[in-house]
Amino acid sequence: MSQDVYITGIEMLKFGRYPDRGPPQLGAEAALGALDEAGIAIADIQAMYAGSVFQSMIGQRILQQIGQTGIQVVNITNACATGAACVREGWIAIRSGEYDTVLCVGVEQTTGMGLLGGAKTGPIPTDGLLGSATMPSVFGEAGIEYAAKTGATIEDFAQVAVKNHHHSTMNPKAYLQKETPLDVVLNAEVIAWPVTKLMCSVNVDGAAACVLMSERKVKELGLMGQAIRIRGTALASDPWQERDPTMPDVNTVTRLAADKAYAMSGVEPGDIDLCELHDCFAPIELPHYENLRLCEDGAGVELLRSGATELGGRIPVNVSGGLLSKGHPIAATGIANLYELSLHLRGKAGDRQVAGAKIGMAHVVGLGTCSAVHILEKA
Amino acid sequence: MSDTANPPKAAFPFIKIDAGGRASLTAVRCKACGSWYAETHRLACARCGKREFETAEPTLTGKLHAASIVERGFPGTPTPFISAVVDLDDGPVLKGMLRGVACKPGEIPHGRRVKVVFDDALGRKDAEGNSYVSHFFEPA
Repeated sequence: MSQDVYITGIEMLKFGRYPDRGPPQLGAEAALGALDEAGIAIADIQAMYAGSVFQSMIGQRILQQIGQTGIQVVNITNACATGAACVREGWIAIRSGEYDTVLCVGVEQTTGMGLLGGAKTGPIPTDGLLGSATMPSVFGEAGIEYAAKTGATIEDFAQVAVKNHHHSTMNPKAYLQKETPLDVVLNAEVIAWPVTKLMCSVNVDGAAACVLMSERKVKELGLMGQAIRIRGTALASDPWQERDPTMPDVNTVTRLAADKAYAMSGVEPGDIDLCELHDCFAPIELPHYENLRLCEDGAGVELLRSGATELGGRIPVNVSGGLLSKGHPIAATGIANLYELSLHLRGKAGDRQVAGAKIGMAHVVGLGTCSAVHILEKA
Repeated sequence: MSDTANPPKAAFPFIKIDAGGRASLTAVRCKACGSWYAETHRLACARCGKREFETAEPTLTGKLHAASIVERGFPGTPTPFISAVVDLDDGPVLKGMLRGVACKPGEIPHGRRVKVVFDDALGRKDAEGNSYVSHFFEPA
């Protein structure tokens, strides 16, 4: 007998700079927030899935802050899909029948880390000789590949940044909350053409956490009124493609994860009311419209230009501000996306509320490469 | 340069330097499905899973698939430069530096014909002072 799995408590810290606190403290605060919302205590948690790309044993270090109960803790790293992978594993643990109540936490401190993604090591430095391994360059190249196929322009890429930065002005938990007109985005410092600084996600500190429960437990505790049902959950690794991994392919893997999540949920693309997708660099938002089936293949540019992905449009994308503006604390991002969807599904997203939102999709890509897609619905 | 200097080494496994100092590309190809790998040894094919490979010499010509103009790189890498992904005409996909063109968007259209050349690895030396030979792309 399979049961649905629900989110009954979810929290995200305001993304930003926390120089006086460490990852365990940030993770602990998010975890406590999630527990409080679910109305349970750490003693009620039966297992924990925790993620941090730049920390080891983060789950135990969080429990050392909030309650060392001796439960199973699994620490996960899956690049930028780390938080989403924690939720996916928590879902599996509950579906297996082993647990009823699971805590998932993602946390990262990236302030001051500069360009992420190290060049390969060898007897001599290889950056430059092997092209660039910096993320702005890798995603700039992915954007150029998309432009060659579709006719997307650098102005389209910039418009993605304009849109997401605009959305974040309505999100008090976003790191940046500032309008960035098109000319400001285009004239910002070029990091790796076609990517300017305002087309790059921001290195910030952050944490997000959620409590997952089995249907039986949700009913027992009377929490269905606040519960968010996980209708679809999928995690995929990069299937073989001619250029991958020399040129990481984030498209095929996203399609694979999205199609699995759609199939599991029984939801059609047209049913999605809002989407938080992995806009780590502005150009890549456009192919992801297509990869996530929000539009037909080749129609991503048109979807953007039509205004459909703005708040108030047919399928608002990254109304939180996205990674570009809300910030991208690597391992926290996957759960923060679910936090954003949960706000909208509960009608509590304030000025940026997507009216009548019933079903939301969250997507992340971990370069290297993996992709996770979740489809949530208000219970 | 002193007479005792060691001959330059290949910067990457897919570069072969013969006794005369001539550099070429080397790669392996899956005997079952033909997939190329810019490597010298592989256990199995990532595409089909088969385990037999043959060593083959890729062509030194290809076309630009995608590129970016890197203005800000990792510390120690001079900028700007063009980071390029190239589909060799018969060989694996290679990533490297495109030189011999201005660092301007108009110079890096998708599909531009390029060739592979070999040169000193930007003056970089290892801890023992050895020089290295790397691949570069130039307009064909």
